[in-house]
Amino acid sequence: MSFLQVSDLYKIFGPHPDSILAKARAGHGRTEIQEDTGHVVAVAGVDFEVDAGEFFVIMGLSGSGKSTIIRMINRLVEPTAGRISLDGTDITALDRQGLRRIRQQRISMVFQHFALFPHRTVGENVAYGLQVQGIDDAERRRRTEEALELVGLGGWADSYPDELSGGMQQRVGLARGLATEAEVLLMDEPFSALDPLIRREMQDLLIRLQGELHRTIVFITHDLNEAMRLGDRIAMLKDGRIVQIGTGPEILRNPANEYVSSFVADVDRSRVLTAGEAMRRPRRTFSPTDSPQEVLDWLADQEFNGAYVIDRQGKILGVARDDRLAQGIARGDTDISGLLIDDYAGVTRDTPLAELAGIAALNSVPIAVVDDRNVLEGVVPRARLLAALSAEGVTVDA
Amino acid sequence: MPEFPVGQITFPSLDIGDWIAELVRFLNENLGFLFRLIREVVGTLAEWIEMVLTAPSVGVMVGILTLIGLVARGWRFGLFTALAFSLIASMGRFEETMDTLALVLVAVLISVTIGTPLGVLAARSDRLSAVIRPALDFMQTMPAFIYLLLAVFFFRLGVVPGVMASVVFAMPPAVRLTELGIRQVDREVVEAAEAFGARPSEVLFGVQLPLARPSIMAGVNQVIMLTLSMVVIAGLAGAGGLGETVVSGVMRFNIGLGVEGGLAVVILAIFLDRVTAVFGVRSRRTARKSRDASQDDSLFAGLRSVLRVGLGGRTH
Repeated sequence: MSFLQVSDLYKIFGPHPDSILAKARAGHGRTEIQEDTGHVVAVAGVDFEVDAGEFFVIMGLSGSGKSTIIRMINRLVEPTAGRISLDGTDITALDRQGLRRIRQQRISMVFQHFALFPHRTVGENVAYGLQVQGIDDAERRRRTEEALELVGLGGWADSYPDELSGGMQQRVGLARGLATEAEVLLMDEPFSALDPLIRREMQDLLIRLQGELHRTIVFITHDLNEAMRLGDRIAMLKDGRIVQIGTGPEILRNPANEYVSSFVADVDRSRVLTAGEAMRRPRRTFSPTDSPQEVLDWLADQEFNGAYVIDRQGKILGVARDDRLAQGIARGDTDISGLLIDDYAGVTRDTPLAELAGIAALNSVPIAVVDDRNVLEGVVPRARLLAALSAEGVTVDA
Repeated sequence: MPEFPVGQITFPSLDIGDWIAELVRFLNENLGFLFRLIREVVGTLAEWIEMVLTAPSVGVMVGILTLIGLVARGWRFGLFTALAFSLIASMGRFEETMDTLALVLVAVLISVTIGTPLGVLAARSDRLSAVIRPALDFMQTMPAFIYLLLAVFFFRLGVVPGVMASVVFAMPPAVRLTELGIRQVDREVVEAAEAFGARPSEVLFGVQLPLARPSIMAGVNQVIMLTLSMVVIAGLAGAGGLGETVVSGVMRFNIGLGVEGGLAVVILAIFLDRVTAVFGVRSRRTARKSRDASQDDSLFAGLRSVLRVGLGGRTH
């Protein structure tokens, strides 16, 4: 079972939500229900699972119900129906005290407009969760300082929030969320109130922190680029329903419907898609014992200028290029081991396509995708790279 | 279509006045013990405060008031306070002024003690808020003399009916501005406290009330002003103080006496208004300012924060 599990979650706003539930379950549309009954179906039958340490992004436009979903996870908003369980504990069934304990120790939250306490210092803000838990002074101070260091605000503890810039305020918000060492971090559009440069900086900070801390993050955004950049997986939300869940590249490659496609069109694909996704098996590789004539014949047949030569473990030894092969044949070489050159570029699987674009045209062979031991895993021919970057992306699958 | 005989409508006659009078009599007979208790408690409280205010000599009291003015607003206002209260003393109206101040303090204390929690509750429940609002409108628009009439009926003559009538008349702003202040606290900030597992009481006292303070204190300020406006009316019920001075000036057609009493009321009003207005300013800012100014002004800064704790609640 997954660490955080949300199943069949509904939230209906209005005087008699329970009576509307059946309608919503039957699949009646949001507008229809609103016109007929005056109830707003904010969230309708949402299911998803998040693994421990996963960065899960919920992406949707305003009114899609994303803020409601994240608030149901810690029950700032009570679900109308459905189940949310965290590590086997049914959150929806908790009494007040149990809920408080979960909020204090296991789930923390970062808010869109920072939601700092203006009458408390930065340090007191960060310590808030610890103070509520009744953790003693010394421990509280230590953990507050640690959290502030993490977000790069060491030494700011005695300032007040309104003395800080927006980006710094959200660092405080983040530190407050980290200080309780809760396993789950709920982030409600934490960066959308920031200007683009600062937003980027905060995303980098979060990526770095997540690399160290491995929290389970549920992150809300309306910006698909942000979602793609941060999320291990993304849930696309529309009118209170999830229309697609998948990794960024999966969604880019196979948008579930037109709604998702329309978002995907705006995404900078070159930063989301990686060499691993665009690569294919090389048509043919050679071993150093092959004869130059055989290789050259094959190249001529394929209209290629060069081919990769690998050893038994699959490691790249070099490239056999047509001009060198011709010289070898003229010299009377029986194998190609003496003819290999380093005329190739190797990248790892997770290299974004954006970085491949510049080197694609430099060599006679396609870009090689290798692992850390230089084993050839695949190649990215130039045409394939361009196809992957084009909006349709239809030719990426092979 | 038959013409509607507008001219022939007969309205039923309702003797609401008689019913109310009957109700009041009924209450007085059956809840007499309650009214006696209130009379006892409020009367004693007023006496104590009067005693404290009149215990020092006039000179000392003027000095104390001046110091409060000085600390709250600076030397200009301190100077004004000194001159204004000296003027009252010179007119020979100082004791009446202190009596009135005592009455105001008791009435404000009661109004705020009842009104603020009521405002907190109203901020939490839309239903209660909807019920309370027309009641507050009623309380504020009903001619204040009527309260005095009722109060005299329940509490007989003296300070207590004056205090109680003032409470009814002056409490609405305390309720309204507390409710407003709490409702205006950023929802996300309240959510943040809840999201970290704060209890409802921790959210209220640690977040909502501190952030609503400017609004609440504005309410207290208004309560004080409204109470002062009731002082003269209370004089009719034998509450003593400046009310009596003004009333007897009016009754005897003694312009001098009336104006002297009126002037003292104005001075007291200005003093109370300016001093309490200080506490409406967000505490943290002033605390910081006074910290910054501490090199040249540390005595006043310290006193100011003492005052703030005493009158305005928590400092941070």
